[in-house]
Amino acid sequence: MENLPKSRLTNKPPHYNLWVGVFVVMVGIFVGLFYIATQKISYNWRWNRVPIYFAYKDTVEVTATAEGEVESIAKDGKQAVITVKDADQSESYTVPADAVVVDQNEVISYGDVLARFSKWKPGLLIIGLWLTLKLSVIATILGIIIGIAGGLARLSSNPAAKWTTVVYVELIRGSPLLVQILIWYFVIGTVVNDLLAYYGIGRISAFWYGVASLACFAGAYVTEIVRAGIQSIHKGQTEAARSLGMSYAQSMRHIIMPQALRRILPPLAGQFISLIKDSSLLGIIAIRELTKAAREIVTTTLQPFEIFLMCALLYLVLTFTLSMFVQNLEKRMATS
Amino acid sequence: MIKVSDINKTFHVPQEVRALVNVSTDITAGEVVVVCGPSGSGKSTFLRCLNRLEKADSGHIWIDGIDVLDPKTNINKLRAEVGMVFQSFNLFPHKTVRENITLAQKVVRKRSNADCQEKADLLLKKVGIHDKSNAYPDNLSGGQQQRVAIARALAMDPKVMLFDEPTSALDPEMIGEVLDVMKTLAREGMTMVVVTHEMGFAREVADRVIFMDEGAIVEVGTPEHFFTNPTHNRTKLFLSQIL
Repeated sequence: MENLPKSRLTNKPPHYNLWVGVFVVMVGIFVGLFYIATQKISYNWRWNRVPIYFAYKDTVEVTATAEGEVESIAKDGKQAVITVKDADQSESYTVPADAVVVDQNEVISYGDVLARFSKWKPGLLIIGLWLTLKLSVIATILGIIIGIAGGLARLSSNPAAKWTTVVYVELIRGSPLLVQILIWYFVIGTVVNDLLAYYGIGRISAFWYGVASLACFAGAYVTEIVRAGIQSIHKGQTEAARSLGMSYAQSMRHIIMPQALRRILPPLAGQFISLIKDSSLLGIIAIRELTKAAREIVTTTLQPFEIFLMCALLYLVLTFTLSMFVQNLEKRMATS
Repeated sequence: MIKVSDINKTFHVPQEVRALVNVSTDITAGEVVVVCGPSGSGKSTFLRCLNRLEKADSGHIWIDGIDVLDPKTNINKLRAEVGMVFQSFNLFPHKTVRENITLAQKVVRKRSNADCQEKADLLLKKVGIHDKSNAYPDNLSGGQQQRVAIARALAMDPKVMLFDEPTSALDPEMIGEVLDVMKTLAREGMTMVVVTHEMGFAREVADRVIFMDEGAIVEVGTPEHFFTNPTHNRTKLFLSQIL
């Protein structure tokens, strides 16, 4: 055994390191060629302009909303309270202590700056990323609920439940998501919001129609995944559970679902990774998620290369995190 | 304890098969009945009709005075009184041996955790696998799995035990350990209906042997009658084939 080349022992193909090198060089050449090409069309890379879309320092000015005299500036540690008093009333403003730009007894009028300080604020990309995350998480949870209910209904012997699910799944899977989003917002949204206005209740924002469209879309696919998962569990499991006196619901909850869920985790993860990516379509109904935010930035900065590449990278962070999380979950379930 | 009167069952898928034809029998408390017959003779269907895993098309079944086929009967309550052991064990693979035995006690019998555990300990000792109580079924041999399955059914304190070819999926060297558990149960007075090809078990333990063929009961008798002096030609042919 000692005389065998190391590659045989570790199951590595011959010249392993050589081919790793080839891979690295290929990636390098690809990136290099791309860079040279962009230089040829004289694209001006300005990566230094990108960080401000993650976070930037904003100057905040606290202005007076009353007219009169600065009665007092009470400093308390890092905070200061400026009190402005006019003929019959006084207004107080709490600001950072070192930001105050007025003096005691100074006479001020409406709109005068009382304090000026700078503050970190999240950039447009981060705001978009946060909205994408929020959309995806809510839609995923709703999608799972729809999918489990749908999967059970699909396998039910009740024709109303079964056929409703079949029609739902076929309709959703048979039409483009983009069209569904438009229908949710411009058709269902219009009807619902007009009805709500008619009865004097506030309207529902585009965000929720976006969530609904994604949840409904993912729910149809999850329904099929759950159905296949339940059907993949041997019917002897149900028989054993029922023969012990468990009801249908008990056997589903304690015996079938836990086993099915474990089995469908990989396709479920794929579905929800798709959902995160599909949320990029929601810009069409004016939800400022990550892609819409990126497009807005490009409109003002004319830096499509950096911004869209960064946008793709941020999606990758989300999907990769989810995929790692599910892999971890799978491992933990496999050991229990 | 069990009264079966004129039950019929026809399967329509994949093709029309009359699985049970006018089957009637009475089984008294404490009796051990072995059901045998060639494959496709309806013996498993008969057993599965007793706890309504299959629903008989016509006829009547009473277990402990309860009408099994009456739609108003609480079938879950009835099934808790009727233990069943399957050919392929059907243990719950995502639960440990102990959890397999305690789960139904908890959710069906609503027993306290302490009671469930105590019962599990008792039964695991009885079937001789107490040292594996925290193992998962996949890590047990076939014989051990089937003994856990018996313990799982016994945990409900059933009045009747149904065995559906409990040793057919086992390697030959493991059949004995499962049959031993069943013999112990029989000695303790459990009412048992056993579908099996183990003629040694039938001869030794059974109070009565039922021979089925093509969905009908052909011959019923004591093991002595059945093995030494069968009356029907079908029975003679069957015995000559398997003995």
